[in-house]
Amino acid sequence: MFDFLGDYDILGAFWTTVQLAALSAVGSLVWGTILAGMRVSPVPIMRGFGTAYVNVVRNIPLTVIIFFCSIGLASTLAVNLAPQDSPTFIIDNSFRLAVLGFVAYTSTFVCESLRSGINTVPVGQAEAARALGLSFTQVLRIIVLPQAFRSVIAPLASVLIALIKNTTVASIIGVAEASLLMAEMIENESDAIILVFSVFALGFVLLTLPVGLLLGWVAKKVAVKR
Amino acid sequence: MSGAPSVLYDAPGPKAKARNLVYSVIFAAFLVLIAYLVIAQLAAKNQLTGEKWTPFVEGGTWVTFLLPGLGYTLLIAGLSIVIALPVGAVFGIARLSDHKWVRTIAGIIVEFFRAIPVLILMIFANEFYSEYTDVDSDNRVLFAAVTGLVLYNASVLAEVVRAGILSLPKGQTEAASALGLRKTQTMTNVLLPQAVAAMLPAIVSQLVVILKDTALAGGALSVPDLLRQANVISGNFNNTIPTYIVIGIIYVVLNFILTSFASWLQKKLSRRKKAPKGAEPLSEAPNAVTDMATGRAV
Repeated sequence: MFDFLGDYDILGAFWTTVQLAALSAVGSLVWGTILAGMRVSPVPIMRGFGTAYVNVVRNIPLTVIIFFCSIGLASTLAVNLAPQDSPTFIIDNSFRLAVLGFVAYTSTFVCESLRSGINTVPVGQAEAARALGLSFTQVLRIIVLPQAFRSVIAPLASVLIALIKNTTVASIIGVAEASLLMAEMIENESDAIILVFSVFALGFVLLTLPVGLLLGWVAKKVAVKR
Repeated sequence: MSGAPSVLYDAPGPKAKARNLVYSVIFAAFLVLIAYLVIAQLAAKNQLTGEKWTPFVEGGTWVTFLLPGLGYTLLIAGLSIVIALPVGAVFGIARLSDHKWVRTIAGIIVEFFRAIPVLILMIFANEFYSEYTDVDSDNRVLFAAVTGLVLYNASVLAEVVRAGILSLPKGQTEAASALGLRKTQTMTNVLLPQAVAAMLPAIVSQLVVILKDTALAGGALSVPDLLRQANVISGNFNNTIPTYIVIGIIYVVLNFILTSFASWLQKKLSRRKKAPKGAEPLSEAPNAVTDMATGRAV
């Protein structure tokens, strides 16, 4: 009864999921850190922009954002992220649009986690750094952010796990990742839907569980002892 | 860090003020440039013309599309919340049971459904209902959406409940059993009421997650919710960008109402409780939970 599993490229689909998650994670970390820097900066207009961005984007459903990237940006505004003449244009374009959507959305959670991490750094540290004559960017870069990062590894791990699960949303704009393949298989093999579901459920457990365990271990290891 | 001058920088002196002004101007110019590029692009693609926006000031669009869609979104979210909250509480308590087999089974169920994406649960539930039940297809997608949301969010809520109860001082349980209360009585009369007040922020952020996740049902199962209706509107009027802006605003407003209600409720609860001195850990613990809970958000 397991033979039909061989007819589908399950590993390939999960590989796309992993790629989506990895690229989006790196992008979200970068953009989220910049946002967090803006939100704590001494320049009011940057703080305002950071706050507005986080509060608006975080409250829009990811599905709406992903749809917007595909239908709004690509179809309506013709903002394409891949060379139009390439043979794999449609695949590349929807993949990159999905990454763009994930980064826009996930970075707000990264930003909020980091900001709570910045708040765990004792006031005296920043005061001492300022007394030594360090500027705002130096205080942030040398003293505060390194400690903040170490204290938010556990929350960032949750964000990453959420991101891995969220990559399934990319299926609604046709990115060939795990959930799209599951939908197809479940349709075709209607007498074995529980088996198909179990395979994909197990796949996601295998993807998310080690990430949680590993980062939980790292978080304990690098936690700043106070 | 609520507006108060951050610990990261001093109150600005004349030099710093001048520098901040320069940065402000540069950043504002940058934002204006981006806005100009976006607007120019929108105008070039004819998304700013009046006729693309007029549907949203006409009652007809709201009565035919947006309000029914909103109603459907709220229906899915409401049903899911009403079912997931008690189920989550039961599983959270079961994970703290004295009986090992109850703890283990509840633990496995919770961890399993927490690790699986909601969308996958929804797609599976939809196919499962069509294969093994005779629910008609209109109700089926609704059932599937609610099933997926309940399975996932009840598991997350179970963790929130468990963390909330664990965050209470041990003396509470000891005092209750010293008074001769049974285990169930200790839970329902002593632990849960306190835990619920402490967990409120985490619970609400999970409710926001449920509300946002309803859009998955519209995207993948063609449930006629707000998102699905938006696709219908933009199909009819050929006004994709304005439609998405409008439904984006609706979702943000909905979530804003939900969180404002929660902070009002929390203020009310905490005022009634008159927190004693030892209660500080209570107000801190759930914050950690909030991060975990929002982190697991879709």
